[in-house]
Amino acid sequence: MNLIMFLLGRVAKGVVVLMAIAILNFLLIHAAPGDPAQVMAGQGGAADEELLQQLRVQYGLDKPFLTQLGIYAGSYLQFDLGFSYRQQQSVLSLIMDRLPATLLLTGSAFVISLLVGTLMGMLAARRQGHWSDGAITTVSLMFYATPLFWIALMSQIIFSLKLGWLPNVGYETIGANLSGFARMLDIGRHLILPAMTLGLFFTAVYVRMMRASMLQVAGSDFVKTARAKGLSEGVILRHHIARNAILPVVTLAGLQAGQLVGGAVLTETVFAWPGIGRLMFDALTQRDYPILLGVFFISSALVIGFNILTELVYRIVDPRIGAQG
Amino acid sequence: MKLSRYAFAAALCAAAMGFTAAKAESVVHVVIEPEPPLLMQGLAQNAPTNTIAGNIYEGLLRYNQKLEPQPSLAKSWEISDDGLTYVFHLQEGVKWHDGQPFTADDVVFSLDVFLREVHPRWRPITDNQIASVEAVDPLTVRIVLKQPFGPLMTALEVASAPMIPKHIYEGTDFRTNPANNTPIGTGPYKLQEWKKGSYIHLVRNTDYWLAGHPKIDEIYWQVIPDAAARAVAFETGTIDVLPAGSVDVYDVARLSALEGACMTTGGWEMASPIAWIAVNLREGPLSDKTFRQGLMHAIDRNFGQEVVWNGLGRVPTGPIASTTRFYDPAVNIYDFDPDKARELIAQSGYKGETIRLLKLPYGEIWDRWAEAVRQNLLDVGVNVELVSSDTAGWTQKTSDWDFDMTFNFLYQLGDPAIGVSRSYVSSNIAKGNPFGNVGGYSNPAVDALFAAASAEADEAVRQAKYSEVQKILTDELPVLWLLEMEQPTIYRCDIKDLVTTAIGVNDGFRDAWRE
Repeated sequence: MNLIMFLLGRVAKGVVVLMAIAILNFLLIHAAPGDPAQVMAGQGGAADEELLQQLRVQYGLDKPFLTQLGIYAGSYLQFDLGFSYRQQQSVLSLIMDRLPATLLLTGSAFVISLLVGTLMGMLAARRQGHWSDGAITTVSLMFYATPLFWIALMSQIIFSLKLGWLPNVGYETIGANLSGFARMLDIGRHLILPAMTLGLFFTAVYVRMMRASMLQVAGSDFVKTARAKGLSEGVILRHHIARNAILPVVTLAGLQAGQLVGGAVLTETVFAWPGIGRLMFDALTQRDYPILLGVFFISSALVIGFNILTELVYRIVDPRIGAQG
Repeated sequence: MKLSRYAFAAALCAAAMGFTAAKAESVVHVVIEPEPPLLMQGLAQNAPTNTIAGNIYEGLLRYNQKLEPQPSLAKSWEISDDGLTYVFHLQEGVKWHDGQPFTADDVVFSLDVFLREVHPRWRPITDNQIASVEAVDPLTVRIVLKQPFGPLMTALEVASAPMIPKHIYEGTDFRTNPANNTPIGTGPYKLQEWKKGSYIHLVRNTDYWLAGHPKIDEIYWQVIPDAAARAVAFETGTIDVLPAGSVDVYDVARLSALEGACMTTGGWEMASPIAWIAVNLREGPLSDKTFRQGLMHAIDRNFGQEVVWNGLGRVPTGPIASTTRFYDPAVNIYDFDPDKARELIAQSGYKGETIRLLKLPYGEIWDRWAEAVRQNLLDVGVNVELVSSDTAGWTQKTSDWDFDMTFNFLYQLGDPAIGVSRSYVSSNIAKGNPFGNVGGYSNPAVDALFAAASAEADEAVRQAKYSEVQKILTDELPVLWLLEMEQPTIYRCDIKDLVTTAIGVNDGFRDAWRE
């Protein structure tokens, strides 16, 4: 009962926040300099007033600002994300086309970084001061500090150009017409470099956080008590230290999960991965307002959703949170 | 049994590793960047749209690299002696991609209805020059002009006047017609699939009117947004053709020198872009001709060409590119001469006002160029402040005259009456687009010369007027010309005849073949 009330409250708050964000998005986007009709006409290398006017009418930009806001809010209330006139396709279908590729990339990176990061962090904490601790800490610091695009390009030069092991761009081999298992393998090969690149950064974050958190918890009184009553080191590590130490990691994972949809612009660009991040970035440079608003809306909804989920996970990992709350 | 299972697994792995997926000879992979918004060429003339759609649609004419008209959908033509009547005879047996016949009615609909309504470069021609377009019979079209118009024969290539199917567009709202997503042209290639964000797949039009063409079966235009990744993709063999602008200039020499790689700067004669700094002439020191002449002597344009652009391009002498018709080199030449620049700037009464230089947001090379120019100007005592923005911001600032100086580059479009005069005539001083006379230059003599040269069919008379206009403009410097840009196309040498026309890859796949 407690849990249901909690959930209902969070969802209700979430909806209010989402509506506020949607309005704010609209205002922010329209506050940015630039005019979609001018951009479209400008890229054509020639333009006149008549063309600009035709484009503004087509894009709905000839209407007063408040009317535009009203149309936007009205269609969103009907779960309609609008239509991209520039691409002549509905925003929802444009996003849905790109969603699988993005989720595959960010999801893989998420799982890799969470698993490897947590395990490496535990290992480093367990062997504090040992050479392996030093190695893990140094490597993770290196990946944490190196710009993503540099790692991306270097990995392309090493693994695609020099060694010839993996393809450097795209989602699958274009023109190969593979299907079934062969296609899955092909996509998998294309996924390795971008997922590793994106995953490495977060791995480094998790390693550092898990290690620090483990060391902090390991010094607590209840760990000493557990050791005093004769529990084995393995049990203490798993049940006492790790379980308490993982809470900050859960927080961070919740934040990262919220970025699953829009957070991989750079990786998608360098590896020509056909995802949402690029859709959004292109829409930004072209001032394709409907697409931008659509991607922003879905990203915001996901962030709110994952925040609620994170709080639920807290309650599972640490039942005291629910009891107090 | 066991063996065959291993063999099967090995085959699968091999397929997945790409060993057996060797490219068929007649497939070509080309980079396209950025991804075009639309492929319907009547509605969009962005560079990437033109590059792809010029192989789907066709115009009445195409042009060789000397900009001479060649048959395309029109197989022959006659021009009356008074220069007012043009008769075009169409190819026989031409079909749209949906099987409908292409006739003179489609030509009339395209030129007189569709393009007149939506095409910003065709509209002024129909509105100001053309009295009537009519179908004489299903294979003959007659265009009657209001007055002679020399550039008409250079204005009929596929991006300037693509032929649009009447049976699909007549009576519809052109801009929202759902058919815009499934372009139907008469060209050598049909759109097979467009996977947004990944690739555009064109396949051979088996009913193409020119027997034996096209020769390549499939073209994949791959969207690869990062320039360094595009270079790696060419080196690893994923990509066969890098159209102009798809790799950084620093990579051109290296990639061209790879085994089996060829490079050409041809195929850009129609566009012949000139890069310049547009100057806001409305007020301040920049309104003074002497000051502008000082700036021109202060900017080391050879450094820009040799270092910033890695040797690509030529330093221009004036408003008309040396690769196009009516170019005249007998004009004022501005050498790099800082002493003379200081002298002229002092003479103009410049008091150290800050001048805002708006950068073109097209990547690192334009940033470096802006910094080099700023350094040149600082050296002669001119205070320059660089202004940055993204593409939309640059377009808005330039279109609405919110700059002191702004980088830009413009296509010459085959004829000064179409691609050059627009930047200098006073009738084109209008806010709203970056390709007008944004600096506000106004000289009645220049207006009159451009108007007279356009309304003239005789080439020698036109040349005389354009020579005179080039002299005036190089003296008054309404803009500071920096570079005739050269555009390298890098491709595998086993692809032959890819660049044979004045628009290169943009309509090149009609005649291209692979060894």
